[in-house]
Amino acid sequence: MQLKKIPFRVYYIVLGLLLLVSLIVSARVGAVPISYDHIFYFLRHALGGSPAPTGIGSVAGFPGSSGTSIEEQLFLQIRLPRVLLCAFTGAALSVSGALMQALFRNPIVEPGLVGTSSGAAFGAAFVFVMGKSLAGSWVDALGPFLLPVFAFIGGGLATWLVYRLSNVFGKVNVNTLLLAGIAVNALAAGGTGFFSYIARDPQARSIVFWNLGTLSGADWTNTAIVGVATVSGIFLSLFYSRSLNALLLGEAEAGYLGVRTESLKTRILLLNTFLVAVATSVVGVIGFVGLIVPHILRLLKSSDNRFLIIGSALLGAILLNVADMLARVIVAPSEFPIGVVTAFAGAPVFLFLLIRANRQQQKGGFYA
Amino acid sequence: MLEIRDLVCKVGSRTIVDGVSLSFDPGRLHVIVGPNGSGKSTLLKAFSGEWVPSSGCVTYDGADLARIGKLSIARRRAVMTQLPELHFPLSVDEIVMMGRYPHFSFSPAPNDRAICAQVMSHLSIQSLSGRDYLTLSGGERQRVQFARALAQIWEAPHLSAGLPPSGSRYLFLDEPVSSLDIHYQHQFLQLARDLVKENIVLIAILHDLNLALHYADRMIFMKQGRIVAEGAVPGIVTPALIREVFDIEARLLEDPESDTPVITFNHSSNG
Repeated sequence: MQLKKIPFRVYYIVLGLLLLVSLIVSARVGAVPISYDHIFYFLRHALGGSPAPTGIGSVAGFPGSSGTSIEEQLFLQIRLPRVLLCAFTGAALSVSGALMQALFRNPIVEPGLVGTSSGAAFGAAFVFVMGKSLAGSWVDALGPFLLPVFAFIGGGLATWLVYRLSNVFGKVNVNTLLLAGIAVNALAAGGTGFFSYIARDPQARSIVFWNLGTLSGADWTNTAIVGVATVSGIFLSLFYSRSLNALLLGEAEAGYLGVRTESLKTRILLLNTFLVAVATSVVGVIGFVGLIVPHILRLLKSSDNRFLIIGSALLGAILLNVADMLARVIVAPSEFPIGVVTAFAGAPVFLFLLIRANRQQQKGGFYA
Repeated sequence: MLEIRDLVCKVGSRTIVDGVSLSFDPGRLHVIVGPNGSGKSTLLKAFSGEWVPSSGCVTYDGADLARIGKLSIARRRAVMTQLPELHFPLSVDEIVMMGRYPHFSFSPAPNDRAICAQVMSHLSIQSLSGRDYLTLSGGERQRVQFARALAQIWEAPHLSAGLPPSGSRYLFLDEPVSSLDIHYQHQFLQLARDLVKENIVLIAILHDLNLALHYADRMIFMKQGRIVAEGAVPGIVTPALIREVFDIEARLLEDPESDTPVITFNHSSNG
């Protein structure tokens, strides 16, 4: 295919531009549409430029505070953090998908299937509900940090369990993997359900929030936390991209190429958990993103993990923004849980991969 | 120079390699043969550093393998096994470049790219450059994997911690030709043989005794984790030894076209 001949760099540039476009378009649409020139004025103002010309963005009879209009407030405090949180989440989930697929040497793996997401949601729900009784008044100050920490512990335990169950003598058994994933997911979802049932906090009560995800809770604090975690996680992942490539040949072969495989596997599991847990603690479980995005990139170009990590970060941010836009537009002024959109897009891809995986026994490869 | 002393490998209570002592010098093709389960592959894993032996010691140029880092040893020792399973699309160039992974930390130097190009032209696979590995035939994949192994040890090693600077390079082949047709088997072993002129310690595990006889300088016969016999080819190979190791009646016939005898087997007389 001709697409495979396009150099990596061109892909990065095109994806980067598409990301910019998707961010701007996504910031525009919603219950209150904001026009592009207003977005431009608001951004310029926020970055220290002159305020928007009078009249722009002000709603009749509601002058905004401190020289900013309601529309500007809406854009800066609600819309902008939301699209950024969405982009970071999409990037984190997709890069995790790419990492897990390299680790399991199987393209049908993603954080939602191997239990990372549901384990993280369980950890977050635990803090949401039990935090007050465990840490008392501390929880208010520590809240934004306790959530990711417990999500990390929950996600890490679940992923480790699935990995250990499915990895027999250095080879991943796909059937065991899927079954172990189902069991661990069910266990974690059950625990989350239990906590949301006994919860008093109305947000924690929402099972929908945990199982289908929502970006409506975005503010600058949690966006910054997810942003820092995602960017540093992706940056660290890049250092392992060559070792992960070598691992695609098998553990022994990677060892002969100087890779310390045991240490690599532990680090990748931790990195995956870190990326997913921080995002999940804020937005809930959003499935299938980590499955679709690396798959598209493999079909377009290559499984080289350097390309997959950078490409997944960009494409994941784009696609999750598109999904979030759809979630907001289809039933505006209300909104769908974003997980509904990703499930509709992702489940068919998953089934397709599963069919290919069955055929693989005869033919010799998912992408052959 | 690779030396193995009193090597023992166990899995649980089962002993797979049972007190093997051998030494391998550069400039010769050493071939290990033996029946299935005789411990050949485990022995190779143990002296490559992939399997930690229960006891015994392995030295590379006098340096103890247990004290050499995984990365240091990977800079002068390459291992090629039967075709690795790869289910993901990767370009041929990236797979060959994997051989250079131990030599650079983040992105390949011009020297690494040059070596990959040299190796690919040495094996006449420049035309595969840019191809997706999954679209290749078995023989082409084999050559790409061989290119990867060669790229790993292509140049004289630079200083690596724990090893003397002017030491040998090492290439170990574990049943490298078993998935190839007869044409590629010979082509592959001829290419491998050409390497022994360099300062390379070359060790291969082969199943086909005739191929081994044809290309090896020295053969090592293993059975039940022990060395039964070893020595220069063709003198070492006798019907009695083949009967002892493989439990099959064999005859050695003169080949009118070459100095190497041919082994034929008489299966019916085997109890």
